[in-house]
Amino acid sequence: MSTVTTDPHAHAEHEHHHGPAKGLKRWLYTTNHKDIGTLYLLFALTMFFIGGAMAMVIRAELFQPGLQIVEPNFFNQMTTVHGLIMVFGAVMPAFTGLANWLIPMMIGAPDMALPRMNNWSFWILPFAFSILLLSLFMEGGGPSFGWTFYAPLSTTYSNDSTALFVFSVHIMGISSIMGAINVIVTIMNLRAPGMTYMKMPLFVWTWFITAYLLIAVMPVLAGAVTMVLTDKYFGTSFFDAAGGGDPVLFQHIFWFFGHPEVYIMILPAFGIISAIVPTFARKPLFGYASMVYATASIALLSFLVWAHHMFTTGMPVFAELFFMYCTMLIAVPTGVKVFNWVATMWRGAMTFEVPMMFALAFIVLFTIGGFSGLMLAITPADFQYHDTYFVVAHFHYVLVTGAIFSIMAAAYYWLPKWTGHMYDETLGQWHFWCSLISVNVLFFPMHFVGLAGMPRRIPDYALQFADFNALISIGGFAFGLSQLLFVALVVKCIKGGKKATAQVWEGAEGLEWTIASPAPYHSFTTPPEIK
Amino acid sequence: MALKHQPIVVKLCLLTAAMFGFGYALVPLYDVFCDLTGLNGKTSTMAATAEAAIPDKKREVLVEFIARPNNNMPWVFEPVVHKLRVHPGEIHRIDYLAHNVTGRAMTAQAVPSVSPGQAALYFNKMECFCFTQQHLTAGQQLLMPLQFYVDPALPEQFSTITLSYTLYEVDAVTPVTAQTATGDNNE
Repeated sequence: MSTVTTDPHAHAEHEHHHGPAKGLKRWLYTTNHKDIGTLYLLFALTMFFIGGAMAMVIRAELFQPGLQIVEPNFFNQMTTVHGLIMVFGAVMPAFTGLANWLIPMMIGAPDMALPRMNNWSFWILPFAFSILLLSLFMEGGGPSFGWTFYAPLSTTYSNDSTALFVFSVHIMGISSIMGAINVIVTIMNLRAPGMTYMKMPLFVWTWFITAYLLIAVMPVLAGAVTMVLTDKYFGTSFFDAAGGGDPVLFQHIFWFFGHPEVYIMILPAFGIISAIVPTFARKPLFGYASMVYATASIALLSFLVWAHHMFTTGMPVFAELFFMYCTMLIAVPTGVKVFNWVATMWRGAMTFEVPMMFALAFIVLFTIGGFSGLMLAITPADFQYHDTYFVVAHFHYVLVTGAIFSIMAAAYYWLPKWTGHMYDETLGQWHFWCSLISVNVLFFPMHFVGLAGMPRRIPDYALQFADFNALISIGGFAFGLSQLLFVALVVKCIKGGKKATAQVWEGAEGLEWTIASPAPYHSFTTPPEIK
Repeated sequence: MALKHQPIVVKLCLLTAAMFGFGYALVPLYDVFCDLTGLNGKTSTMAATAEAAIPDKKREVLVEFIARPNNNMPWVFEPVVHKLRVHPGEIHRIDYLAHNVTGRAMTAQAVPSVSPGQAALYFNKMECFCFTQQHLTAGQQLLMPLQFYVDPALPEQFSTITLSYTLYEVDAVTPVTAQTATGDNNE
């Protein structure tokens, strides 16, 4: 009782008397972490399909050389908004949704520490993305300067949709920062008695560190978009050489945000995999403490590597070497993690349910993405790879088969806890195998066309790339369609299915598996005792 | 909000505000960093003295001159000499031609950039048209002087220095706001 504050407790009691509201109001006014988690996850799934539809437009255009389906300007809008939607609309809200659902249940807290702010941080998101998506219908189209919005593309050469883009990024940033503050306060103040920091599940640890990264870099992104806005509309010259500014400065500020951002999108994934692998290997996680320290080192190093995105801007050799070595250093803690997962499985009694399949695919394919990242980190080699499909292949391996696969794994792993029903294992295996094969048909050949010199973000390409691009597009369509299986599975699982037990998985350990499935609307109103 | 949450929330909000400020602080920090290291190839905006101008006859450096008007800038703008072999420490003077081909008076500002960037620290300009704005009436032509020397301390690895000027129309940007944005770094 001692570590639980009186306020959330009293609040929970209050809700008990009235129960969750009915209909739309329940979702609009909810301060319940499970409701908000669900909202985040459904929002992320919606955005995943909207961003995915844009990827289908891109792949349809690139199916054949030449321009056949869309105008180049519209193609550029698709690549830009696809990136923005997937990063800020799909991956980040999905992780925030998982954090909302799971962190209170994993640390024995009754709810998030700041439930009303929680409601707000979700409900401003639909507005942010409505603004962004509606800007596509403006005269001259939506943002078309790439999700990295490099100046002067976003200042001198952009149309007025830039203002809407800037405001929507502001709102997304405010939402992320509020979510991060909530996570940190929850973890620091609401752990059950006996839950010391080094007893926290790794998902909680990775989110704790991610939340600090969010607070450190989202304001810098807000600053960068604000500078773009004032350069474009209010006559400042942050990035305009005519007024004494420097366009390269934009890239420094953007990537100072951008590189920690990519770890924001992968650290919670590490936490998920660290939860799933021990369950299905039926062994405790190997090297818990080293996992925590590795996560923290990756987070710290992420602030020292931003200029590896800018090797071709004409940096002095000293700076290129510094950023090259720092980047390669990140492979060490990441390698620690991969080896720990493998060591966890070593001589384990493994079974291969869908969450485990996605986790295994994550380990292999994320590592491939990591290796191509190491290749890109080599400064002299990067001059060849820069701005080619090799880069596209690299970051889709770490974000699709990395972040998205981990989110899929998490969804399968905790769906029975959320819905109270087991998902359809056959359908899940179909979803997994279709996704696994198609995602590799989609992204693996991109390495080859990239090395052969096909530039990214261009709606047309030289004839020799035609066969590979047709293959890539087929992989893309197949991957997109495969995700419909996931929707069918989730709907089926919500509607019914085999009753799930409280523990759900034979090897599952942790507080969330001690409460009933489906998790009751209010859990841990009295904190559990941790030995 | 429970009382025990408040201190952490306040600290985190302050951290958020500080990081927003840090994003803006990167602008002057970048300028200072570049001034010290010559990272972005910006040359000094102050006239150099002839102190270090002790000719080193044993060494020769090729200096290339590039000039171009920015997009939408209709002036003709070019160096009279395109290349010069110089001994470090030797003072040279060359001219750039500017011709306002339009039918109206215009004000322009040339912004220099040196490549490779680190050589910018060793490119000393004693007199430069880029220190001030140039005002040309309709159809006026002007020879604009540049007096410079290459610092003899220039590291051995540099044998060629390229000096590039881009000419901007000043009226296009509001000079007052441009100045407040980047402080004294305004060229």
